[in-house]
Amino acid sequence: MSEPVLEIRNLNVAYGLGDQAVRAVRDVNLTLHRGEVLGLAGESGSGKSTLAYGLTRLLPPPGVITGGEVIYHPDGGEAYDVLALSDAALRRFRWNETAIVFQGAMNSLNPVHKISTQLTDVLKAHDPRMSEHSRNARAREMLKLVGISPDRMDAYPHQLSGGMRQRVMIGMALILQPQVVIMDEPTTALDVVMQRQILGQLIELRERLGFSVIFITHDLSLLVEFSNRIAIMYGGRIVEEAPAAAIYRDALHPYSAGLLGSFPALRGPRRELTGIPGSPPDLKGMPTGCSFHPRCPKAFDPCAGNIPVLGRPGTPDGATRSVACWLHPTAQPVGR
Amino acid sequence: MTSIPDAKAPAGEVVLEAIGLTKHFPVRRRLRDLFSKRHDAVHAVDDVNLTLRRGQVVALVGESGSGKSTVARLLAQLYPRTGGDIRLHGESTKVTSGAAFRRYCAQVQMIFQDPFASLNPVHTIRYHLSRSLQIHGNAGDDLEGALHELLERVSLTPPERYLDKFPHELSGGQRQRVAIARALGAQPEALLADEPVSMLDVSIRLGVLNLLRDLKERLNLAILYITHDIASARYFADRTMVMYAGRMVEGGDSETVTQSPAHPYTRLLIESAPDPDRLAGLSEAAGEDRGNGEPPSLINPPSGCRFHPRCPAAMPRCSADLPVPLEIGDAPGHWAACWLYDTSENNRSQNDKSSDDKSEVAR
Repeated sequence: MSEPVLEIRNLNVAYGLGDQAVRAVRDVNLTLHRGEVLGLAGESGSGKSTLAYGLTRLLPPPGVITGGEVIYHPDGGEAYDVLALSDAALRRFRWNETAIVFQGAMNSLNPVHKISTQLTDVLKAHDPRMSEHSRNARAREMLKLVGISPDRMDAYPHQLSGGMRQRVMIGMALILQPQVVIMDEPTTALDVVMQRQILGQLIELRERLGFSVIFITHDLSLLVEFSNRIAIMYGGRIVEEAPAAAIYRDALHPYSAGLLGSFPALRGPRRELTGIPGSPPDLKGMPTGCSFHPRCPKAFDPCAGNIPVLGRPGTPDGATRSVACWLHPTAQPVGR
Repeated sequence: MTSIPDAKAPAGEVVLEAIGLTKHFPVRRRLRDLFSKRHDAVHAVDDVNLTLRRGQVVALVGESGSGKSTVARLLAQLYPRTGGDIRLHGESTKVTSGAAFRRYCAQVQMIFQDPFASLNPVHTIRYHLSRSLQIHGNAGDDLEGALHELLERVSLTPPERYLDKFPHELSGGQRQRVAIARALGAQPEALLADEPVSMLDVSIRLGVLNLLRDLKERLNLAILYITHDIASARYFADRTMVMYAGRMVEGGDSETVTQSPAHPYTRLLIESAPDPDRLAGLSEAAGEDRGNGEPPSLINPPSGCRFHPRCPAAMPRCSADLPVPLEIGDAPGHWAACWLYDTSENNRSQNDKSSDDKSEVAR
């Protein structure tokens, strides 16, 4: 496994303060390695989007980071904590080192500006030394890179289709060649055919430019095909983290297994499926102990009382994965 | 206590049919067009044929812009059709408003995609379900009992816990169950479900689909299931129809259509769907689409087969003649609107003609 590029340690994010605070992200420990695609899966209320916005310090009020650190390892430089950066340093960090592609590309582009303006705007803000000529050249290059004909430079967002707008967003994110790209449900609003094309393009770009990706989605079957490692979140915590193949063939956490079993198979034998009974928990009124236990088919004594610790399980491939479940008590917690 | 009776009609009976259903939406004309003869229209749905039978689920699969939601709304008669026919129990029907429309709604009910938008946020569940029962005259003497029974049918138990809640107090899955209960209050024979689970969390989708399946069996309902997820069509539906750019391109029983897709567009859909078994990586499957991955404009659709600009197997004939539904022959009822499957005399003589032309040129 290559070296880490982003280390999230004991991150806690809440909305609001004091007694009324809703803890959306609880004690999250996660590492993104150089050049890898890390999938982050979860349903409503799992905290996956809050995690993404928290680590890039884009939380909308009343979101507050209540603890933890996010250590970033720049290419050939000293590691530093993103959460401790000054405003000026944060501005230099954003887009240059880490970029984010938001959910719903339809709404992320400014409707009254041409896409050329929006692309060059990023360059103007983060690299003031570039001349106008080189900015335009770079913008053209990015459009070609994401498969849009450069003669669309002067188009307004409404003149492009949803798929093209999403590709413009991806191009904008990559324009300064960041090390880390975070994508929040980038293809959810798109059709399967467009989704596959865009992700194919992304893989090609990643191979060429070498960045790492955090890919956030609820579509676990897509992640199994596309990412190197997958982390599954439930109720604000990471419940399992493993290589994609390991999660698919042998998920340890009952929630991961249940989630995988919620996708009807397109090939292979037709089986009776049930999904997971109940619904994702309300963050304001979480169950005691393991937040999944009310829905868990394998819940037993310790589950209702104690929160399971995320750590390496005792299985043969235990060194490469972690799980938070009393079925697999661990001697090696992650993070502490 | 008045109970809502289980249906006694025989399974397999045809409930609702669409024959040559067509809908064109006029495009707003600009000032300079006012004096021209141009009347542009969006050809949203063209020549759609569908049969809904009791106890059967028919899936209509297509991507956004394919026209599938428009087909549902046309079948629910929420707006008038431009052409073709809709038959309820074999009789042609056209209703727009008033008592006739209400009588039609009592037999054909719709379930919408967004469970929050389809429930009135200022009214309780009790209000929603009571209205459904009362408008269609199914409340009987014991309204409370009827309400309880409706909620029990959609597994929202104990009913007392849900009746006085507002929609925002329920989860997405619960709201969709209320929407289903509301549809059942009319005691319909056909349910048109327009992407009923797309906006729900993944782990609860199956619960709602399994509920619909149980209801279909117990009440002998005919269900139209509209979706863009072909895997769920395979799981839930008996028959699957595929739509592209406003036209039907393939149909057959779900297993055959998903395991042996005939039409190149269906093949593209199946190849593009996420497949965890294909762990090797995405790049292998891509490349089947010759176009830019997008459906065509419906104001000026391509001539002949609407898929021909993107089709890897396109022949000269495809841009000239609109393909007709042709039997594939591998399973009963499996057809595709694609010239690749044309084995008739017509085809052979066409080939002869073209080879004559070629020999003319060569000389």
